[in-house]
Order: sequence, then structure tokens, then C-alpha cells
Amino acid sequence: MSILILAEHDGKHIKQSTRQAVTAANAWQLPIHVLVAGAQSAAIAQQAAEIAGVAKVLHADAAQFEHPLAEDVSVLLAQLGRDYKVILSAHTAFSKSVLPRVAAVLDVAMVSDVISITAPSTYVRPIYAGNVLSTVESSDTIQVVTIRATSFAVPAAGGNAEVVTVTAPATSGLSRWIKEDRNVSDRPELSSARVVVSGGRSLAERFDELLAPLAHKFGGALGATRACVDAGFAPNDIQVGQTGTIVAPELYFAIGISGAMQHLAGMKDSKIIVAINHDPDAPIFQHADYGLVANLFDAVPELTAALNN
Amino acid sequence: MKVLVAVKHVVDYNIKPRVKPDGSDVDIAGVKMGINPFDEIAVEEAIRLKERGVATEVVAVTIGKANSQDTLRHALAMGVDKAVLIQTDVEVQPLAVAKLLKSLVEREQPQLIILGKQAIDDDLGQTGQMLAALINAGQGTFASVIDVKAGEIEVTREIDGGTDVVALKLPAVVTTDLRLNEPRFIKLPNLMMAKKKPIETINAADLGLDISPRLKQLKAADPEPRKPGIKVANVAELVEKLRLAEVL
Ligand SMILES: Cc1cc2nc3c(=O)[nH]c(=O)nc-3n(C[C@H](O)[C@H](O)[C@H](O)COP(=O)(O)OP(=O)(O)OC[C@H]3O[C@@H](n4cnc5c(N)ncnc54)[C@H](O)[C@@H]3O)c2cc1C
Ligand SMILES: Cc1cc2nc3c(=O)[nH]c(=O)nc-3n(C[C@H](O)[C@H](O)[C@H](O)COP(=O)(O)OP(=O)(O)OC[C@H]3O[C@@H](n4cnc5c(N)ncnc54)[C@H](O)[C@@H]3O)c2cc1C
Repeated sequence: MSILILAEHDGKHIKQSTRQAVTAANAWQLPIHVLVAGAQSAAIAQQAAEIAGVAKVLHADAAQFEHPLAEDVSVLLAQLGRDYKVILSAHTAFSKSVLPRVAAVLDVAMVSDVISITAPSTYVRPIYAGNVLSTVESSDTIQVVTIRATSFAVPAAGGNAEVVTVTAPATSGLSRWIKEDRNVSDRPELSSARVVVSGGRSLAERFDELLAPLAHKFGGALGATRACVDAGFAPNDIQVGQTGTIVAPELYFAIGISGAMQHLAGMKDSKIIVAINHDPDAPIFQHADYGLVANLFDAVPELTAALNN
Repeated sequence: MKVLVAVKHVVDYNIKPRVKPDGSDVDIAGVKMGINPFDEIAVEEAIRLKERGVATEVVAVTIGKANSQDTLRHALAMGVDKAVLIQTDVEVQPLAVAKLLKSLVEREQPQLIILGKQAIDDDLGQTGQMLAALINAGQGTFASVIDVKAGEIEVTREIDGGTDVVALKLPAVVTTDLRLNEPRFIKLPNLMMAKKKPIETINAADLGLDISPRLKQLKAADPEPRKPGIKVANVAELVEKLRLAEVL
């Protein structure tokens, strides 16, 4: 019995979170296979083959996977997955759409957003916005699992797995891809950035003007609270929190953020947390390694300038 | 077009739940409960479809204990036409919920089924996709805009790093994201009226489905607390600390 990991890619590169899923899969001490579904994706399959610890890459190359739809990928994954002990992926928008379908077709439960694997079918996962850690055991013969990427290390390169071709089933016709609108920026991906600079709604129209230069200093990503996003000061896809993106960078700046539990759920595993808030009683200070009570409109430019020296 | 909305009764989002002293589970006895926020968004969207003349009837369903009725009353007060409680005292996990919803879909034949993208208690985020697979329908997960056209529906989805748009054949399943809409406030008279409306109750056991739990919780625990931090006096001290921590 082996483990099958569903790879995620952007048409050119394997996502870092897929590599982290390989680290998680090591917990079972079983052969690790990776499924790459894409169009003209031989180079991506090769990248998967080079991740240390991968024994085999299953490569499904078909025109319909240029924009992989959950309806189609899930059929392929469920077909192949029947012969595996574990079907695994990172807890991303893509896998969150695909894996529950696979679990339903196989009539097994799914365990989402796992932060640690303590025994072959026992997992720890956060519930209630990360206020509680729940240890669950699954009794199913096939385990369908997504992992929280930030809880697992990025493995080394240096693998040399064989790549075998698998046939993609015909498209289901249930859905059709129309278009995509990715926010292009030269900043790193939020979920895997080394430094994240986040702001709350109090930044208002000056969100970018104040935070982008600070993020730039670190080559970091920008994040925001839900209140800030809802007010239209920052784009939806940079919301950090229980219902947004989960991050755990080396350094997290919470600027003008009150520290609501839904926000904390998305960043409290950061290594170092810096909070800047003019309210000395803001809850965020209870979670910050370094707290600065100050008006952000003065402190942020001052900090950015100080880092220039 | 008939729309089915699945609503879950959950611990209020403002409440920070505690673990029971024996570490077996979360203690929710006597805690304030309410409609899952994403499901409130789902109800709102369905009602707007009806107000625009796109939907003809909106049915809300919840699965759980008798007290889940409160959440159906909330949906009725917002304006759904009909409410169904599939009652069970068994803990229903997403696969079981999806199977029970499927049986109701077969009976009601909705063209559109709207669920939340996740329930804020267990945060599993699976049920809508599982239901879509079981009824062999297309799915629009994490929806921020939906647009019903002839025979299909276009869904704008919030994905990592942006959005995409998919077209789904009807019947289809949609799961709501936060920016789909802002649910209306419920007026008191509507709440009073909703208290008098009938709720159909179906006994889950009568449906003859395997809804037994597959996941067993072995333990619930508080996360490791962070070690307490310090306040710095000014920007210069902050920079100094970050330098010492070797993150600059
Ligand atoms: C179902 C649901 C899901 C949610 N999911 C998320 C989520 O994923 N992520 C998320 O972030 N939130 C989420 N929320 C919202 C969350 O509860 C909070 O409302 C939100 O995080 C607050 O954002 P904020 O800190 O920007 O705003 P506020 O809470 O209004 O805080 C603003 C802070 O800025 C400070 N401030 C103001 N002016 C200045 C100044 N000049 N200088 C310094 N400090 C200043 C204030 O002291 C205050 O502490 C969710 C809520 C619900 C109900
Ligand atoms: C280890 C474990 C222990 C549990 N223990 C208990 C327990 O002691 N008692 C108990 O009652 N439950 C228990 N549950 C079940 C749990 O409360 C959830 O109902 C179930 O896991 C669904 O997960 P979710 O709400 O995170 O689903 P998600 O997939 O996040 O929900 C998404 C959407 O599906 C719909 N939906 C989900 N559930 C329902 C529902 N019941 N009715 C209508 N619509 C719904 C809603 O639209 C919701 O927005 C347990 C679950 C697990 C995994």
C-alpha cells in the first residue's frame, strides 16, 4: 500500500505546499506517489520526480487540465486512489475543492487541515478558529487528508522518481472554466512568505502607501484583516485568518489590527509577531512578541525609514 | 427554479469555546448558538434570487438535534418559504450530512443548492463538495458572485491569489464565501412570525442511510500558549529587538 499526493501547480511550477505534503506523507513510512494533472505538463511532472522522498510520479496530461476543474480531477483521483492507503494534499483552494468529492465517491470520511499526524490514522487539527486542537482517528480503509502546509517543512530536492503516464478520463461536462483573474504582484505568495506585513481597517486608503514599502524591505507579502478587505482597502485574496489564508511566517507585522480570534487563527503560529496599535489594551498585544503602542501613521513610516539605515 | 439552502446550527462566532476538564471534547453546554455565518449568506443569496424573480421557492434544511430548529427559524425570518429539520441525535459528520441532503435533493428537485464554504465550529469545509459528487453535479466553491443564466450558472470563486469564473450546468451546488453578500437584519415582527411557521421534521433514521460517524475524536486540548512578549518603547527599540532576533 502506498500514499498518493495530488500535486498543485500553476501551469509551470509545482506549488511549495505540495512539497510540504510530501514531508507530511513521510509519517506513514510508505512509498509516496504524486499525481500531476496538467496540460503540456511534462516539466511539472519532472519537478515532482525531483522532490526527495517521492517514489513514483503519475502523470495525466490532457488538454482539459489546462485549467483543472474539481469535477474532472476528482474522477481521475478517485479512480487511481482506490488502490491507495492515503490520498493526501495541502489544504489549498484547489484541493479543498477536489478532495471532498473524492472522499464522497469512495464513501470515506475526509480529515481537513491537519497540523500533525500522530499515528497512521490519527491526526491533530485545529477547530473553533484554532482555539481548540482536536485529535481525531479515522476508521476508514482509505484515508483522505489535507494538511496545513505551514505546519510541515519544505523537503530537499534530490529525488529521482520514475514518471509513468496515466490516462485522463473524458471531461464530465458538468462545469466549464471561463476565466481567471490573478492578482499579479512581485511579492511572494502570502501563504509561504518569510515575512508578512498585515494591516487592519484603520489604514483605510493609505493601506498600500504605508505597508507596501515596509513589505518591500523584507521581500515580504501583504496581508489584511477581514474588516479591511470588506471595506475595500485591500483585495480579498490577502485576507489572513480562519476564513482567509493561514500563514506562519518567520516574522509577522500586525499593524492597526485589534486581534479578533478569527484573525489570530490565521497567524498565531508565526515565529515572531510584532504588533503596532495605539490602544494599549488591544488583544493583539497578548499574542505579540514585540508590541509598540503608537499611532501607526507615525510609527510605520518611521520603521520603514529606520530599516533603510 | 427551486433553491435549497443548507443551514447549520453552530456556536456563536463571538464565543471562545472551552475544552472540558477531562479533555474529551469542547464544552458547549449552555453556550449561545446561532446560524453558521456562511449559511446566513447562503440564505440571503437565495432570497435575493427569489426577489429578483430568478428563484420561485426557497427551502432551508438543517440536520441535527431538535434545537437546530432555532436556525431554521432564523432562515424563516429572513424569508425562506419552507423549512425542513432532518432530526438525529447522532453526531453527523460531513459525509453523513451530504447523504442526508442528497435524499432531500431527490425529493425536492432543486436546481440550485447553496451551502456555506465552511462551518465555523469544525472548519472542515467539505459538505458542499461531497454533496455535489454524490448527486453528480457541478460545484462552485467559495463563491463571491453568482449569476444565473439559461440552463447554467456562472460562479466567481475566491481562490488563492485571485478569482476565477466557472459555468455550471444546472442543477448545481454553490458554497458561499464572505463577500457574496451582506445578510439583511431581521426585523422583530418577522422573527415573531417565523416562530409560528411550520417546520417539517424528518427522522433521519427513517431514511435508511449509513450516517454513522467515521471519525472519532480522541482528545480536545488547548493549543500551546505563546510565551509572553514585551512592549517596546519606540521604533528604535523595536528595530534593535528584531536585529537581536536575527530576522532583519
Ligand atoms: C464568520 C466570520 C469570519 C471571519 N473571518 C475573519 C478572517 O479570516 N480574518 C480576519 O481578520 N477577520 C475575520 N473576521 C472578522 C473579525 O472578527 C474582526 O472583525 C476583524 O479581524 C477586525 O479587523 P481589524 O483588526 O482591522 O478591525 P478592528 O477590530 O476595528 O480593529 C482596528 C484596530 O486598529 C487600531 N487602530 C485604529 N487606528 C489606529 C492608529 N491610528 N494607529 C494604531 N492603531 C490604530 C485600533 O486600536 C483597533 O485595535 C471574521 C468574522 C466572522 C463573523
Ligand atoms: C471528530 C468529530 C467529533 C464530532 N462530535 C460531534 C458531537 O459530539 N456532536 C455533534 O452534534 N456533532 C459532532 N460532530 C459533527 C460536527 O459538529 C459537524 O456537524 C460535522 O463534522 C460537519 O462538519 P462542518 O460543519 O465543519 O462541515 P462543513 O463542510 O465545514 O460545512 C459546510 C456547510 O455544509 C452545510 N452543513 C454542514 N453541516 C450541516 C448540518 N448539520 N445541517 C445542515 N447543513 C449543514 C452548511 O451549509 C455548512 O456551511 C463531530 C465531528 C467530528 C469530525
